[in-house]
Amino acid sequence: MIETIAEIELAVGEKIVVKRNRILPQNKEDETKRIAIVSGIHGDELEGQYVCYEVARRLTEHPELLHGIVDIYPALNPLGLESAKRSVPKLEMDMNRMFPGNKNGNMMERIAASIVDSIAGADVCVDVHASDTEVREIPQVRVSEEFADKMLPYAKLMNVDMIWMNATATVHEATLAHSMNVLGVPTLVVEMGLGMRINTKYGNQVTEGIFNLMKELGIWSGKVKQTQFPVISTDGEVEFIRADHTGVFLPSIEHNHYVHRGDLIGRVVNTYTGQIKQEIIAKKDGLVFTLREYPMVYEGALLARILTDIESSERGN
Amino acid sequence: MKGEIDVIIKDIYTMKAPFREEMIVKGYSFGKGDKAACILGPVRGNEVQQLYICSQLVRALKELEANSCISSGKEILVIPVINNYSMNVGKRFWGEDNSDINRMFPGNKDGDTTARIADGIFEEIKDYSYGIQFTSFYMSGEFVPHVRMMETGFQNASLANLFGLPYVLVRKPMPIDTKTLNYNWQGEMTAAFSIYTNQTAQIDEVSARQAVAAVLRFLTRMGVIRYESHSGYISHVIAEGDLSNVPAATGGIFRSLVKVGEDVRYGMALAEIVDPYEGSVKQVITAPTDGIVFFSYTEPLIGQYDIAYQLIHRLHE
Repeated sequence: MIETIAEIELAVGEKIVVKRNRILPQNKEDETKRIAIVSGIHGDELEGQYVCYEVARRLTEHPELLHGIVDIYPALNPLGLESAKRSVPKLEMDMNRMFPGNKNGNMMERIAASIVDSIAGADVCVDVHASDTEVREIPQVRVSEEFADKMLPYAKLMNVDMIWMNATATVHEATLAHSMNVLGVPTLVVEMGLGMRINTKYGNQVTEGIFNLMKELGIWSGKVKQTQFPVISTDGEVEFIRADHTGVFLPSIEHNHYVHRGDLIGRVVNTYTGQIKQEIIAKKDGLVFTLREYPMVYEGALLARILTDIESSERGN
Repeated sequence: MKGEIDVIIKDIYTMKAPFREEMIVKGYSFGKGDKAACILGPVRGNEVQQLYICSQLVRALKELEANSCISSGKEILVIPVINNYSMNVGKRFWGEDNSDINRMFPGNKDGDTTARIADGIFEEIKDYSYGIQFTSFYMSGEFVPHVRMMETGFQNASLANLFGLPYVLVRKPMPIDTKTLNYNWQGEMTAAFSIYTNQTAQIDEVSARQAVAAVLRFLTRMGVIRYESHSGYISHVIAEGDLSNVPAATGGIFRSLVKVGEDVRYGMALAEIVDPYEGSVKQVITAPTDGIVFFSYTEPLIGQYDIAYQLIHRLHE
């Protein structure tokens, strides 16, 4: 059943409408557990569209196996999604810096507050993001250190390649995930793929993880494929590689590739002269879990992130 | 020789680009000695009024230096613009990744491109006694000229009075505000002030002159320059939370009936919202209280719950 969560009038002949699809179990007594799957806070992140579709499709195919409520929110920032803009159009603000919102505030503050209200009370929430349009990411769950103890057991069920425990930056306090975690709804932030694109392989992987999580919560009684055990990392094990020169970045390796110290990761080149301005060499062994896709770089541009202190056999590649 | 002087122009930060000319942030230095005052122009690409004001300040300070009116042992640094790159491509934020440099302070020399720019600037300006930034608000509209500052515990509203602008506004910082220049300047014990005039993307000569006069008045009162000026206002100090927000109840064409600075009475018509299809008045926005119009929305189209006005509650001319 498609339900409207928030509805506010725009200037000319249209409303901004945020909706969810509430999928109910066949047995009313099963309506005691609830999972929320949300996506589309950033309008340039489309990976979650496939996950929402696939979860809804599988549930609709086998309603008899559902023993809880599944709420699917594919488009929290519908204007951004349909304008291919990361932020909220016109306002030019990042919606994921507006939570928990304000019931008496401006348009987007009210929408943020309505979203928080509608998710509140769920047993768990999965917030599916993609990377931005610049770097590609492997499927991962990001957990702030503040909530790590509570979140890790859920994150491990998600069939992702990696769990990254970030130090909590102050700005994270205004995200949906932080707001929901503060309200007692364990909220997992999934990152994968690339902005403006859909990688169905990654989408299927995370979808399996969501069904695995639902099975563990008693919401799903169907079969779940065997899921993988993620590498768990902290900030200290992640090496950031940035451009020291401006130019065009040409990667020499594939994304999600294990490199050894001394391997060439890529080059920053000058397209006028044919000159190589920087050769990016791995300083440690590790997994390239982030790799730049957008080639134009200024100094400081993120080129790659390497997860160190793991063996290649742990990754199986 | 009196009347002739070579102003010291230094490169505060430089960054090469793949195809564009090198980005050079220039600083104009007046006087010699202690780092007394730093004045900063646009960090966002649409802050044209702020650029204009800084350029006029450079002009005025050149004359004052030529006439030996900079106090001995005091140095003033003016950076007329940081983000000329975004100005020249018509974007408010950083062209490549849409990040806001004014959400990157204190910066990070090993971080992303805009974090490096913020770090490079901040290292040059953090030791000044007084920091004055010309900036703009995320909401599109006009303000009564005022000095704005974050409530960090180090803010000094009494000192802000010395600009002689009509109002001083103190804002309780949200998490996202902790990355602004004003907040971080205060953390370095710089007395930091953000000055808002009534325009951003357009030039308003009257409020620009008022802003230039306010800065020169402040510098005179702090003993940094010698300059005869009108005493200005005895500022009224307000907390942002005490402003009365007046939202639009419906979307449509916005026809304002009052101007910023106007003294309005409870129930008075402030604006009409016109049906964009039929031309009839859908809503008359009325004043919820007596007060002064502090902020006015100025776009021709308005959405439901957009803030049309902010009133200073129960204050009269």
